[in-house]
Amino acid sequence: MLSIENLHVSVADKPILKGLSLAVPSGEVHAVMGPNGAGKSTLSYALAGRPGYEVTAGSATLNGDDLTALDPSERAAKGVFLSFQYPTEIPGVPALTFIRTALNAQRKARGEGEIAAPDFLRLARAKAGELKIDFEMLKRPLNVGFSGGEKKRMEILQMAMLAPKLAILDETDSGLDIDALRIVSEGVNAMRGPDCSMLVITHYQRLLDYIRPDKVHVLAAGRIVASGGPELALQLEREGYDKYVAKTEGVPA
Amino acid sequence: MAAVKETVQSVAELERYKHGFVTEIEQELAPKGLSAETVRYISAQKNEPEWMLQWRLEAFERWQALEQPHWARVDFPEIDYQDAYYYAAPKTKAGPKSLDEVDPELLATYEKLGIPLKEQAVLAGVEGAPRYAVDAVFDSVSVVTTFKKELAEAGVIFCSMSEAIREHPELVRQYLGSVVPVSDNFFACLNSAVFSDGSFVYVPPGVRCPMELSTYFRINAAESGQFERTLIIADKGAYVSYLEGCTAPMRDENQMHAAVVELVALEDAEIKYSTVQNWYPGDAEGKGGIYNFVTKRADCRGDRSKVSWTQVETGSAITWKYPSCVLRGEGSSGEFYSIAITNNRQQADTGTKMIHLGANTRSRIISKGISAGHSSNTYRGLVSAHPKAKGARNFTQCDSLLIGKDCGAHTTPYIEARNASAKFEHEATTTRLSEDQLFYAMQRGLSQEEAVQLLVNGFVKDVLQELPMEFAVEAQKLVAISLEGSVG
Repeated sequence: MLSIENLHVSVADKPILKGLSLAVPSGEVHAVMGPNGAGKSTLSYALAGRPGYEVTAGSATLNGDDLTALDPSERAAKGVFLSFQYPTEIPGVPALTFIRTALNAQRKARGEGEIAAPDFLRLARAKAGELKIDFEMLKRPLNVGFSGGEKKRMEILQMAMLAPKLAILDETDSGLDIDALRIVSEGVNAMRGPDCSMLVITHYQRLLDYIRPDKVHVLAAGRIVASGGPELALQLEREGYDKYVAKTEGVPA
Repeated sequence: MAAVKETVQSVAELERYKHGFVTEIEQELAPKGLSAETVRYISAQKNEPEWMLQWRLEAFERWQALEQPHWARVDFPEIDYQDAYYYAAPKTKAGPKSLDEVDPELLATYEKLGIPLKEQAVLAGVEGAPRYAVDAVFDSVSVVTTFKKELAEAGVIFCSMSEAIREHPELVRQYLGSVVPVSDNFFACLNSAVFSDGSFVYVPPGVRCPMELSTYFRINAAESGQFERTLIIADKGAYVSYLEGCTAPMRDENQMHAAVVELVALEDAEIKYSTVQNWYPGDAEGKGGIYNFVTKRADCRGDRSKVSWTQVETGSAITWKYPSCVLRGEGSSGEFYSIAITNNRQQADTGTKMIHLGANTRSRIISKGISAGHSSNTYRGLVSAHPKAKGARNFTQCDSLLIGKDCGAHTTPYIEARNASAKFEHEATTTRLSEDQLFYAMQRGLSQEEAVQLLVNGFVKDVLQELPMEFAVEAQKLVAISLEGSVG
């Protein structure tokens, strides 16, 4: 269970999140929607521990562990996974090598042994197959020269391999055509389970046709300003964010 | 990837510079300073023939007229050439015949360095593991050469330079100084006068050397310089792969290393020369460390001959080194693969020269420079095609990676095409190890140290894969250790 209470986050001394509270029980998928500049990406980076995203007040815990006290790799070992909006290219490091190194680093941090090479390859083959990723592509340097859609699929593959307890999908639908969107969503849906909290951050309702959220939250001006069921997303799609943006004007930091 | 794991482990296991110990051993020193007398002393110590002494004395004459070059992008105090020892040798019976006669302290030193001198030990090693013959040079002299018998059966001569001068004078006289002339440059000339030992290799026509050959150089004595001289000749159609490794103790004063390496490849011959250079780099404030002024050159004398230099340079306070190829033979080719890492206050000015003299000669340069801390890292390279080098081709790629904000990377390529049919390509990039990449890797579970290693290993991969397998692993460890503490 992810539990965020009164979270304040500043970037370069500028307050972006201003008292955000949110709880995502294990097994549930919550969507966070909001206009540009509302702080959606800040929320995902702050949860993952990106340097420069300073928590000035409030708390964020995952299954009781205080995330804000941990560095990014420690959070990863606790089960935090961020699917990046713009995945980074890693020249010279084959995707398979990268994923295996990451998986083993997490296992080591948790006091588990390394995964045996045949087991790893079997797992990678199976998951890549589900995401319609050509296995040969996993031998190429991670994300280097990959298309936008390939990069996103590679994110979901990593998520599937690392089996997180908290999966944050930051604008995963951006840059995806409709077929890729379907494949990626199927991959995400396959990850739904009793041990995983999912936070789907998106600007558009479109993605939620494929990944059905248990709850939808509206993030505006650094706070959650409305919460509801899947119907809230449809309402936002029809009416836009205007009324929330207007509502938050003049809210003191 | 196993190698990454290996890297991470090795970093955890090793101190900053694990080769920094001093071996307590009785030694023979030449009188301090440099004069014709010193040269005579060295020559006498080695029981050299008269022609060799004359060669040295001539070199000394010429050296006195030369000035130390200052064009490289390195900065160091004036060197007092009279304030150093030019010859240091472990005191043992002259020329140990077998391992049993070698001082046990010396053997212990090499064992500590992880270098197998006992053939039985090597043979008893992991099944299928590649064997390689070792020549160990301790300060000024070669202490032991392994696998000599087996190599002799193949007709390969692999011995110390001193022994070659005594046993194979005809080969030495024919080739010594034929690639790097005595007065080629200040440091090479100094070496010609006072060189102490080094390795000699001759591979006869048509022979493929049955194992990797390697030399481990170790500077132990204080205030002494090491001036080794290596000569490798691959006769027509021969092949040899040669590796050198270098370490030195941690000392507060600077020590000089001015080596000369000459390679001669005759028709259809191929020489692969790999270096893992890990001389003591000095401490974090720049105190101590080796001054590495090295002249390495290959002469692709025969048609279709091929020479490949691969270097992993992580040590030394100052590096001044340009392994080069003179592509004389028609259709000959030269390659240069380099990883040069500088951290703390290290300064490196290194690169290569590809001199295309013959028609249809080809060369390829892949250079990866990594600078961290307050270091400075310069690639300096020359590619030239002479009028007769019709159809000469070169591809050069120079990549620099910066870690942190106080280091410098410089690329200084010189390109001279003196005929219109030459085709040269040059690509260069400079990048900073990006925060985005670091965060991305850490988000997936890698610690900062592991993330840096993974990214750096990715950066240098093109070069690492040119190294023989077991050296690639060692090099990967070195890369990790050299960059310890460079981020954060």
